Amino acid sequence: MSLWPFVSQMNPDASTIAAGAPIEVDLTPIASGQDIKVFWRGKPIYIMNRTKKQVDEARSVPVASLPDPATDQSRVKEGHDQWLVVIGICTHLGCIPIAHEGNYDGFFCPCHGSQYDSSGRIRQGPAPANLPVPPYQFVSDSKIQIG
Amino acid sequence: MSGPSDYQPTNPVLQWIERRLPILGLMHSSFVAYPTPRNLNYWWTFGAILSFMLGLQILTGVILAMHYIPNADLAFKSVEQIMRDVNYGWLMRYMHASGASMFFLAVYIHMYRGIYYGSYKEPREILWILGVIIYLLMMATGFLGYALPWGQMSFWGATVITNLFSAIPYFGESIVTLLWGGFAVGNPTLNRFFSLHYLLPFVIAGVVVLHIWALHVAGQNNPAGVEAKTEKDTVPFTPYATIKDLFGTSCFLIFFAWFIFYIPNYLMEADNYIVANPGVTPAHIVPEWYYLPFYAMLRSIPNKLAGVVVMFSAILILAFLPWLDTAKTKSSKYRPLAKQFFWIFVVVCVLLGYLGAQPPEGIYVIAGRILTFCYFAYFLILLPLLSRIEKPKPVPNSIADDVLAKHGSKAATMASAMVAIVVAGALLAGSVQSARAEEEVAPPSQKWSFSGPFGKFDRGAMQRGLKVYKEVCSACHSLNYIAFRNLADPGGPGYSPAQAAALAAEYKVKDGPNDQGEMFDRPGRPADYFPAPFPNEQAARAANGGGLPPDLSLITKARSYERGFPWFIFDFFTQFQEQGPNYVVSILQGFEDKPPAGVTIPDGSYYNKYFPGHAIKMPKPLSDGQVTFDDGSPATVAQYAKDVTTFLMWAAEPHMEDRKRLGMQVFVFLIIFAGLMYFTKKKVWADVH
Repeated sequence: MSLWPFVSQMNPDASTIAAGAPIEVDLTPIASGQDIKVFWRGKPIYIMNRTKKQVDEARSVPVASLPDPATDQSRVKEGHDQWLVVIGICTHLGCIPIAHEGNYDGFFCPCHGSQYDSSGRIRQGPAPANLPVPPYQFVSDSKIQIG
Repeated sequence: MSGPSDYQPTNPVLQWIERRLPILGLMHSSFVAYPTPRNLNYWWTFGAILSFMLGLQILTGVILAMHYIPNADLAFKSVEQIMRDVNYGWLMRYMHASGASMFFLAVYIHMYRGIYYGSYKEPREILWILGVIIYLLMMATGFLGYALPWGQMSFWGATVITNLFSAIPYFGESIVTLLWGGFAVGNPTLNRFFSLHYLLPFVIAGVVVLHIWALHVAGQNNPAGVEAKTEKDTVPFTPYATIKDLFGTSCFLIFFAWFIFYIPNYLMEADNYIVANPGVTPAHIVPEWYYLPFYAMLRSIPNKLAGVVVMFSAILILAFLPWLDTAKTKSSKYRPLAKQFFWIFVVVCVLLGYLGAQPPEGIYVIAGRILTFCYFAYFLILLPLLSRIEKPKPVPNSIADDVLAKHGSKAATMASAMVAIVVAGALLAGSVQSARAEEEVAPPSQKWSFSGPFGKFDRGAMQRGLKVYKEVCSACHSLNYIAFRNLADPGGPGYSPAQAAALAAEYKVKDGPNDQGEMFDRPGRPADYFPAPFPNEQAARAANGGGLPPDLSLITKARSYERGFPWFIFDFFTQFQEQGPNYVVSILQGFEDKPPAGVTIPDGSYYNKYFPGHAIKMPKPLSDGQVTFDDGSPATVAQYAKDVTTFLMWAAEPHMEDRKRLGMQVFVFLIIFAGLMYFTKKKVWADVH
């Protein structure tokens, strides 16, 4: 137990934890079909205002055919279906995918060619899993809190 | 073997010291009177070479730490200041960076030697395990040190490797957070890496003392693998081993100096000359060459946790070697099967290293699995089996018999082995570069005045290149690490200090605050740096359609392309280091008005033959007649491109001429020194052979 201070000091210090507190992001400037990248806890987070076409594409795919099956509904907040919020770190080797590229209207990872669809689900390439959804909630219709 | 020394100094002062602290006696019995087997070959000089390299790494490291700043915002810049402003800073850094590679090369040879001659067997098990511990500490130190320059590869290498710990069940994520001191690799991580990188070499030095102590208790193994029995089997350490080690070390230094002075960036990643950016990942994250075999094993296992376990087991299994190989015969010289399988094992390791640098796709993954199996099979299946079924040849009765039996023929095998090692090393090193395999047109190689061992910058080209930069490039690209004073530096564009000052005065530089607390503009001074065209990255992106015009100070070192087999082997001998300039000059001339049929380029991008992916945000920057030269050189795009690239090569490597000049002096010295050592060694050993 007396060793604990010597180990514990390595953990994030108070200022780092404070800087990693939840952030609020205003969604009003993001037009339909646009996206922004914000950093939270050093991780890039894509917030995408999807067009109707993108949402329809994501929902018309048979879920069972996906490498990592998940419905689009389970990856967005109900009532805010056009908003996709995902951590932009490729699940293959941690590269950062580019939004609005690739064959699925979603994300394309330039490192090894993984392609994610407009719901951030892996569709093609070496990545094993979907882009993770960070913890977030809507504080109002045009504002979310990440964390 | 080194019992109580009967050493008695004759000098009364030394006698006085010796009675109180018998340190001279200890030195004498360890490094003078200590008996070494008289049949040791040159593979045994790598112990001395490693001690020397450890000392040199500590020396250059302590010096670098006097100038380095372990802060995420300043680390990259401080390394550049070491390279540019600190006296002989470039020499210290290149020695330290290439030195790490040389250290690992020597340790691998040392380890293979131990495996070949059975140096881990009774009574040397602890000696061997201490060696494995040193190797582990070296790997940790090398990894921590690679993070310090805080370039792209530093940052992402640190991210990937620390993420390995997240594979640990239940505690993984909290351990990674603990290692980072944050929620991602960042400033706290860099700070603690620096602290530990400074600490570990001294821990290594401590374990080396134990390693040598254990060595001096058991005595050295030798190529015959029979223990020394009588006086006739051994020679005193000094002068016999000392002079031989000195000769071996000086030969190794010649090889080392080739890297420091002529191909310092051969083993480095171009991406590490780009400052760390958590928002952009390099296309291929490749560790340093000495980790590649283990990286290949990690990636060939589909399960993350299993991959990590396999990787660490590959190192730890070495510690169990004394109990896996139970054969009584030590030296593989007398083990016909073990000898062949040893060389197959070496090839397996080199191939694994090659795979570690390839993208983890298709055939490479399958080959990786097969070779990983072979690696473990060697230790777990083959060695235990061999000791049961193999019929060893008779070993000599004593070391003296061994020396009498074979005479000559040694030089030839030595030479061929050396060639094999160099080729294997070059192959491994080159495979790092081939990691960036892309189906792209490689930029054609140009003739540069600054290539080769006597290369010098063309002053006229540099002055014209500066003009091109000022009139064209500087509209979007910064040149952050170049100050106006540098234009008057020796080995630079050849301006006088007055001309540099006049040039500085053409610029307005923000200074302040003054006594009223306000910022104000004043004319530039020689100590000022070239002002950047945009105040920050966001402004630069906004003005350039989302693309970021990169800083040009290091561009000719931060860009590269695949050389491929067998070019990278020739490059080692021809000192080819000009991928960067070839790329830059090709990009400037690679624009085409219309992309070829079937290729579409996004709006706001331009087609460039040599740009990876071909869609570049920069419009064609140069056209004929755009800049007028005072010296009558042709006003063509080809001329502009070549001149500005020459200028930028100097900007990236301002002390290149110094480096090559000093390199020539060092080479002359080292070759003469090695020659003297060789003849002294021959003389000393004349009565032993």
